[in-house]
Amino acid sequence: MLEIKNLTKVISRRPIIKNVSLTLNDGEIMAVLGPNGAGKSTLFKCVAGLLKPTNGEIMIDGKKLKTGSVSAKKRIGFLGHDSFLYSNMTPVENLMFYGKLYRVNDLENKIERLLKETGLFLFKDVPVGSFSKGMVQKLAIARVLLPEPEILLLDEPHSGLDQSAVLFLNRYILDRKKTGKSVLFISHDLNAVYGLADRAVVLKNGKIVEASGEGGWENLDRLKTWYEQAVAG
Amino acid sequence: MISVIRDALIIAGKDIVSELKSKQTVGMMVIFSILVIMIFSFAFDPVDRIIRNVIPGLIWVITIFSGILGLNRSFVSEFENSCLSGLRLAPVDPVSIYLGKAAANFIFVSIVQLFSVPLLFILFDYKLKGSFIWLLAIIFVGTFGFIIIGTFLAGLAANAKNSEMLLPLLLLPLLSPLVIAAVQATRVVIENESFGEAISWIRLMAGYDLLFTAVCILLFEYILEDT
Repeated sequence: MLEIKNLTKVISRRPIIKNVSLTLNDGEIMAVLGPNGAGKSTLFKCVAGLLKPTNGEIMIDGKKLKTGSVSAKKRIGFLGHDSFLYSNMTPVENLMFYGKLYRVNDLENKIERLLKETGLFLFKDVPVGSFSKGMVQKLAIARVLLPEPEILLLDEPHSGLDQSAVLFLNRYILDRKKTGKSVLFISHDLNAVYGLADRAVVLKNGKIVEASGEGGWENLDRLKTWYEQAVAG
Repeated sequence: MISVIRDALIIAGKDIVSELKSKQTVGMMVIFSILVIMIFSFAFDPVDRIIRNVIPGLIWVITIFSGILGLNRSFVSEFENSCLSGLRLAPVDPVSIYLGKAAANFIFVSIVQLFSVPLLFILFDYKLKGSFIWLLAIIFVGTFGFIIIGTFLAGLAANAKNSEMLLPLLLLPLLSPLVIAAVQATRVVIENESFGEAISWIRLMAGYDLLFTAVCILLFEYILEDT
């Protein structure tokens, strides 16, 4: 279980995140929604350990998360706006490198499986620099999924993906839910939120302005109305 | 400790594989060092005895200036696609990132020295009078110290807008004691002078290396924050 308690992040004297608290239960999929500049990506970077919170704390299974702690890094997988991939290296070389750092067992077979599932197997020996944006995103997803982290933080994971990759990612996220693992994702695609999320929170100007109850929404229109009201209000 | 070294070797291996593919950094450093030697050999009469006295200094001038070219690239390349963030998110100690980068840089600079030092001796028609092993030891200790502080400052400068200009400004003053000791020790060894004098310079270099290795390992974690 991931708990964020009264998290505040100030960058250049400007508060980006203001006293945000939320809880992500085991086996839960939660969407973080909000307009551009709301602080969603900053929130994720704080949880992932890329940014040090100004105030507040992050806890996993009741234990306070220390920024930069090696054990915490193993438990969290973060997909950001950047791919974190080396352009002059091939998909296999990139995944081998990260896999070794994360001490992934049966690495070669896992890489082969992930590349097949993301549709990149034919391009396994082509440098990443020549990939399209969508292909880079697929490989970035494969990089995050490789160590099978307990908590997934996905910042706009569907961006640039083709339909087959969207289906693969959605299926993977829903499969993780069955195994009791948690996913927190940012999306502007309300269809994806409706299809995946158990709950959602709306972040605006660094604050959570609305949080949905458990059980999702009756239909997509309800979700859209709920979101529009939260952002307008 | 074993995991720190293991992760450092993985990171160094990645940098070496990346360099083997692109050949950009070492290629650029080797060409630069050859050009410097050629310019010096054209500018001065190589058979002039006085000019030959500058050879120990030239070895280190070439090492440091070509090394700075490589150091500048070692962290800047990690900023493409925010790869440094990927390293920071991985379950590795920041010290591993530092040691891995330093190991790769050390290998790159050593390759440059492998080309440049013999070429310098050939073009200046210079014959080593002292011990070859001791010359290698001095080059090793001096290069180690240069890479240790250079890699640390390259990481620090990489966050700045004008990192390529900032690195030499930060690095060269800090390197002064090491360069003086390295040049003096090299001179003593290649001229086969009293070896006791070289020992005291080597001790100074070793002390410098130990001090800066400890300081850089302790502080590297902080320069990675909020990149």
